[in-house]
Amino acid sequence: MSDLINIPDGLVSKTDVFRGEVTLNVTRENVIALLTHLRDEQKFDMLTDETCVDYHPREPRFGILYQLYSVSRNTRVRVKMMLSEHDAVAPSATGLWKNANWMEREVYDLFGIHYEGHPDMRRILLPNDYVGHPLRKEIPVAVEENQFSFNRERVDAGKIYVTE
Amino acid sequence: MGVEQKLGDMGVVTTTLEKAVGWARSNAVWPLLFGLACCAIEMMSTEAPRYDMSRFGMELMRASPRQSDLMIVAGRVSRKMAPVLRNLYDQMPEPKWVIAMGDCASCGGVFNNYAIVQGVDEIVPVDVYIAGCPPRPETLIDGIIKLHEKIKAEPLSKWQ
Repeated sequence: MSDLINIPDGLVSKTDVFRGEVTLNVTRENVIALLTHLRDEQKFDMLTDETCVDYHPREPRFGILYQLYSVSRNTRVRVKMMLSEHDAVAPSATGLWKNANWMEREVYDLFGIHYEGHPDMRRILLPNDYVGHPLRKEIPVAVEENQFSFNRERVDAGKIYVTE
Repeated sequence: MGVEQKLGDMGVVTTTLEKAVGWARSNAVWPLLFGLACCAIEMMSTEAPRYDMSRFGMELMRASPRQSDLMIVAGRVSRKMAPVLRNLYDQMPEPKWVIAMGDCASCGGVFNNYAIVQGVDEIVPVDVYIAGCPPRPETLIDGIIKLHEKIKAEPLSKWQ
């Protein structure tokens, strides 16, 4: 599968193949050039999904994933870019695929990644006055502690939920 | 004591205004046509002929909050829906009641996370909580009967 995708030298830092799934690891500087190449030269005309993974406490922490699909070749490829927590800014892919607009807003909403060149960078799912980005790993999964027999008194006393 | 002794047996039932109004209110509660999740399916089933909520004078679900006096919160309330729900509640004329139907509306249920309001009593006052995920129509009817008892027992001093 990987030999079907011929990438110019220097664009991709590492290529992973796992059970026929191709992942192209790329730096932030090269990502738009690579995506443009894949779309225009390799017929990957459809952006199936653009999303983010938080690898906390690993650094660089955020992995931005682009899932591409070629309708004419019936082939999929994944492009992965790592971002540091202190510099969580990504170039926007809205210039290449229109549907990247809402997906990037979702990533911004839930992970707090800013997209440079995005035409409308605001929250999409959560209320506009929401504080924080809840899919980051430092945000606790639960908002209220579940009451069991071992912590009945503590929950009744209204102690604040502590995660760590 | 009173009119029936003076005038003899006229077939007239005497009562207090409080009881009469409570009886009238409790037997014609118009619920708001408002469902948020799977509990709404059970609520519709309660309305439908098999369980038949018109036995309690509740067959008339109003699509406008200005014509209804009971809000059945049927389902989980997301944080984005919360201001909308409060707005609907504020638009309902007094007297008004709220039933938190199901675990999600009562306490957040299985959705113990950032997106869901942990119990609708954070935003509106709740009269009856109904447990279940989702509660069966019989459970909802039981809750409605409990609410009827509450409405009938409402004293004059609480009228608004």
